[in-house]
Amino acid sequence: MKLCVLCNTNRAQLKRPKTGQQICKTCFYAVFEYEIHCTITENKLFKRGDKVAIAASGGKDSTVLAHTMKLLNDRYDYGLDLCLLSIDEGIKGYRDDSLETVKRNQLQYNLPLLVLSYEELYGWSMDKIVAQIGTKNNCTFCGVFRRQALDRGAARLGVDHIVTGHNADDVAETVLMNRKLLVLFQKFTLTHFPLVFRGDFARLTRCTSITTQTLETSATTAPEHLTIPRSKPFKYTYEKEIVLYAYFLSLDYFSTECTYSVEAYRGYARVFLKDLEKVRASAIMDVIHSGEAYAQSLDEIERVEAENGGKKKKKTVVQKQGTCERCGYISSNKLCKACVLLESLNKGLPAVSLE
Amino acid sequence: MNIELQFSGGMELLFDGQRSIKVVLPSNVTTMRDLIAHTKDHYLKERPELFVQGDSVRPGILVLINDADWELEGELEYELAEKDVIVFISTLHGG
Repeated sequence: MKLCVLCNTNRAQLKRPKTGQQICKTCFYAVFEYEIHCTITENKLFKRGDKVAIAASGGKDSTVLAHTMKLLNDRYDYGLDLCLLSIDEGIKGYRDDSLETVKRNQLQYNLPLLVLSYEELYGWSMDKIVAQIGTKNNCTFCGVFRRQALDRGAARLGVDHIVTGHNADDVAETVLMNRKLLVLFQKFTLTHFPLVFRGDFARLTRCTSITTQTLETSATTAPEHLTIPRSKPFKYTYEKEIVLYAYFLSLDYFSTECTYSVEAYRGYARVFLKDLEKVRASAIMDVIHSGEAYAQSLDEIERVEAENGGKKKKKTVVQKQGTCERCGYISSNKLCKACVLLESLNKGLPAVSLE
Repeated sequence: MNIELQFSGGMELLFDGQRSIKVVLPSNVTTMRDLIAHTKDHYLKERPELFVQGDSVRPGILVLINDADWELEGELEYELAEKDVIVFISTLHGG
């Protein structure tokens, strides 16, 4: 029997991917929770009295997030007013079942819950959208609609902050996908279209920052509800540990695949990342750090350029931060993505392809 | 040899929704490596590529042997014993 390297008493039950340490269940719970507490306090994610909405899908990450937020808020007396926010995309046999999980979580953790549906927000459920456009571009609609739906739900709840269950693996995956793009841009277009590069840089910054705001700059011109900060307390938490934590504590979560993306599973970047992790467990953290460093260096380049009389360039960047003239949501174009998609749906046109 | 297989985190979807199967192993199945191949051949119902990769499980699937991470137990080389409980947990399902 292998003993836990932290307490030297109990049987080791897992190998931590982050450190390679062999530890027991009790020590695992302690370090898992403490590290998230450190992420929250070191990054000053919240202040006392904040009302915080936990984006809850009923899946593993958000279930563990709700559990942990509740536990840490009580243990360390953050003084947060927590609630659950769920988006009902209107997918029969998938979301209706997972929402049942969220409703159980609501009772288990004694947190208020708001469920907001696509039907209610956009007049279209995903079932209706798929009936009209088929299952080829439907994930695009779902993704665009969900991001806005969370902001609108948070506004309705009057919260100061949204937290999502994005974990270290998710962040690393996004970095890889962006870096792939960046390398392409560098190879072929950087010298000719530096602005394209910047657009992508904004995305890289967003995915590596622990807190993002829908509208980062011109907050004065934006409706207040569109500037709610959004954070990832699990940014440095490995998926393996989240799953084992849920498993060992028998947390109640939902794990069916979405009916409309059965074959999608996870993309190439995810599989690649898992293969990397197999040969080098710290790979996930390495990728996140490289993403952070890259975003930082680009930030520096931009700052220097702006200082060197790059007035014109600065203007261009600011110009990109507008709002949709139809709904007021952040948009670099006249209409935001959701409004463009809605227009195509309402006109009965085939899906507009994005990105 | 009698052992129990358990599936969770969405893994059960590939095994006809079964969360637990009690199995009697033939004498040539002695290690985890053998067990993965045996499970794939006899109990897996669909999409083997989501369960196996090479002679192991697909990266992203967690394996527990008697409630301990299989990385502590020798992974593929682990010698199965009577009444072992082997759990396969998918981490690839949405969060």
